Amino acid sequence: MLELAIKGGKKYYGWMTLLMVIVGIGFLLYLRQLDFGLGITGLSRDVSWGFYIANFTFLVGVAAGGVMVVLPYYLHDYKAFGKVTILGEFLAIASVVMCVTFILVDLGQPMRVMNVFLYPTPNSVLFWDTIVLNGYLFLNIIIGWNVLEAERNGVHYQKWLKPLIYISIPWAVSIHTVTAYLYCGLPGRGFWMTAILAPRFLSSAFAAGPALLILCCLIIRRVSNFDPGREQIQSLAKIVAYAICVNVFFFLCEVFVAFYSNIPEHMDHIKYLFVGLHGHGAYVPWMWASMILMLIGIILTVNPITRKNEGVLAVACVVIFLGTWIDKGLGMIAGGFTPSPLHEINEYIPSLPEIGIALGVWAMGFLLLTALFKIAVSVKEEVRG
Amino acid sequence: MDSSRRRILQLLGVSALALTTKPVFNAFAKEEVAAGAEAVIKAGAKALKAKQWALVIDTRKLESEADLEPLIEACHKIHNVPRLQNKNHEIKWIWGTHYHNAFPGKAARFLAEEVEHRPFLVLCNHCENPPCVRACPTKATWKREVDGIVLMDFHRCIGCRFCMAACPFGARSFNYRDPRPFIAETNKEFPTRMKGVVEKCNFCAERLAVGQLPACVEASNGALAFGDLYDAASDVRKLIKTNYTIRRKQTLGTEPSVYYIV
Repeated sequence: MLELAIKGGKKYYGWMTLLMVIVGIGFLLYLRQLDFGLGITGLSRDVSWGFYIANFTFLVGVAAGGVMVVLPYYLHDYKAFGKVTILGEFLAIASVVMCVTFILVDLGQPMRVMNVFLYPTPNSVLFWDTIVLNGYLFLNIIIGWNVLEAERNGVHYQKWLKPLIYISIPWAVSIHTVTAYLYCGLPGRGFWMTAILAPRFLSSAFAAGPALLILCCLIIRRVSNFDPGREQIQSLAKIVAYAICVNVFFFLCEVFVAFYSNIPEHMDHIKYLFVGLHGHGAYVPWMWASMILMLIGIILTVNPITRKNEGVLAVACVVIFLGTWIDKGLGMIAGGFTPSPLHEINEYIPSLPEIGIALGVWAMGFLLLTALFKIAVSVKEEVRG
Repeated sequence: MDSSRRRILQLLGVSALALTTKPVFNAFAKEEVAAGAEAVIKAGAKALKAKQWALVIDTRKLESEADLEPLIEACHKIHNVPRLQNKNHEIKWIWGTHYHNAFPGKAARFLAEEVEHRPFLVLCNHCENPPCVRACPTKATWKREVDGIVLMDFHRCIGCRFCMAACPFGARSFNYRDPRPFIAETNKEFPTRMKGVVEKCNFCAERLAVGQLPACVEASNGALAFGDLYDAASDVRKLIKTNYTIRRKQTLGTEPSVYYIV
C-alpha cells in the first residue's frame, strides 16, 4: 500500500514539499544543537526541561486520543466509527513518532540512548515510558496496517489481530498514565505532585486528540472523495465536549486544593503561571489565553447549535487544541520548575533555535501523518470506488 | 517443483540470516563477558570507610560569603568545575545561599538577624533514599552500597535530566555546552566532563579512597565535620548529639546526610 503515498496531485506534493523544507530547517538547527550542546535552548540549571518535553507530553496525549475512535467501535460495536478507526490509529502512529523524536532531541547525549536498553532500570519511570510508547507505536502500526490492507482486499482482518486491538485500548491509557507518572512521583515538585495528574493528562488528551481528528476529517472531506461522515464527526465532537469539560473541572479541583489548603509549595506555581510571582510573569497572558480558549471550546462544543455547525465546530477544535497545548505543554513543564526547589525564579523562555527544532519535529510528524492518511484515504476511495 | 524451489530459497534465506546474526551475537557475548569481569575498585590501604558518610555544617562558624569562598573554591578547583558566564549554563557542586532558599519550608516571617544574613552552604545531600537514583533510566547515577555516596557515571549518562527534575535540592547541574574551555586550571587527577551530561558533588569519593577528607571539609577550619552517620563514636554523631541540627526538606523522606547546626 506504500505506493499510494507517492501517488498524489500537485497540492499534495506542494504540501509535502513545504513540510520537508521545515523539517530540513529544523534538522540544520538540530545539527547546530548537536555541535554546541543544549545551551542553544533557553533551558537552565533551574528549568532543565522545556519546550521539547512540553511538546512530547502534549503529543503523548494526542496519541492516546486516537483510542477514542477505536474504543467505541471495537468495545461498544459503534459501527459508525468503523469508517474512521484507521484515522485514529494512524494519528497515534504519527504522534508517537513525534514524541520519541522530541525525547531524542532533548537528550544531552543522544548517541547513548541505547543505554536505556543496555542497562534496563525498572525503578525509573522513563524506562517504562520508553516501553509503553514503543509498544503503542508497534501495536498501532500492526493493527492499522493489517486492518486497512484487509479492507483493501475486501476480506475480514486476521483473527489474531483481535487480541492486539483489545490490548491497544488500555495501552493507550497507559502511555499517558506513565507519562504523568514521570512528573507526579517527584518529591519537592509541588505543582506536579497531584494524584489527578494522570487523569488530567487523559482528559486533555481525549479533548486534543479527537479535536485534531475532527479537523483532519474535515480536511479529508475537502481534498478527497472519501467522506469520514457527519455522524462520525458529531460523535467525536461530543467526546471532545465532555473531555474538555472534565479537563477544566480537574484543573479547578487543583486550584481549590492548592488555595483552600493554602500550602505555599502548591500555590506558588499556580500563582507564577496565572498572576506572576515576585515580579516574574512571562506566562500570565498565555495561561489566561489558554483558559479563555478552553472556555470558548466548551461553549461551542457543548451547545448543540454551534456543535452541529461544522464551520463553528472547526473553530472550536482549533481553539481547544491550542488551549490544551498551552495548558499542558507550555504551562505544565515551565510551571512545575518555577519557582525552583530553592524557591528561586529563573524564567524559562524557549530560544528561537529551540522553537525551530520543535517546528521541524512537528513538520516531520505531519509529513508522516499526511502520508499515512493519504494511504488510508486512497484505500477508502478505492474500496468505495 | 515450484514448492521445492521456494523451500530452497527459504533455507538459503534462513542460513544467510544465521550467518549475518552470528557476529552480532558474538558482540553481545563479548559484552557479557566484559560485564561479568567487572572492574573491582580496590580500596587503598589508607581508604576511609563508613556505612553512610555524613556532613555536619556548623553554620555559626561560616558568617559571610568570604568564609564560604575558600571551601567552594577548593571543591570546584579539584573537580574541574567550569566557571560559565551565562547563568543558565552554570555548573555548581557546592555554593552559598540564603536561609530561606536553603530551607524554603522552614523560614519564619521573622528570623534572628544573624541567621537571616548568614550564608548557608548547599550541596548534594547524598540522601539515603535518593529520588535522583530512582529516576535515572540508565543507572548512570547510583547509591554506592559500601558508604552511601550518590555517584555519577559521566560516560553512561544520556543527559535526559530526569535526575535534575527528581532532586528536591537543586543539587545537580547539566553541561549545556562543552565545559572544558571554561576551566581555569585543569586538575589532571580528576576527569573533566563533556557537554550533555549531568554532574554534582561526589562527597570527594576520590579523596576518601586515598585516606583524605573531602576538600570542603579540609578547607573549612573545623566548620565542617565529616564522618560515619552509623558510627556512634564518629565526629558527626558527636556533633549531632550535642547540638540541635536541621536538615533540608526532611519531610520529603529522602533522608539527607547533610546536617546543619544553626
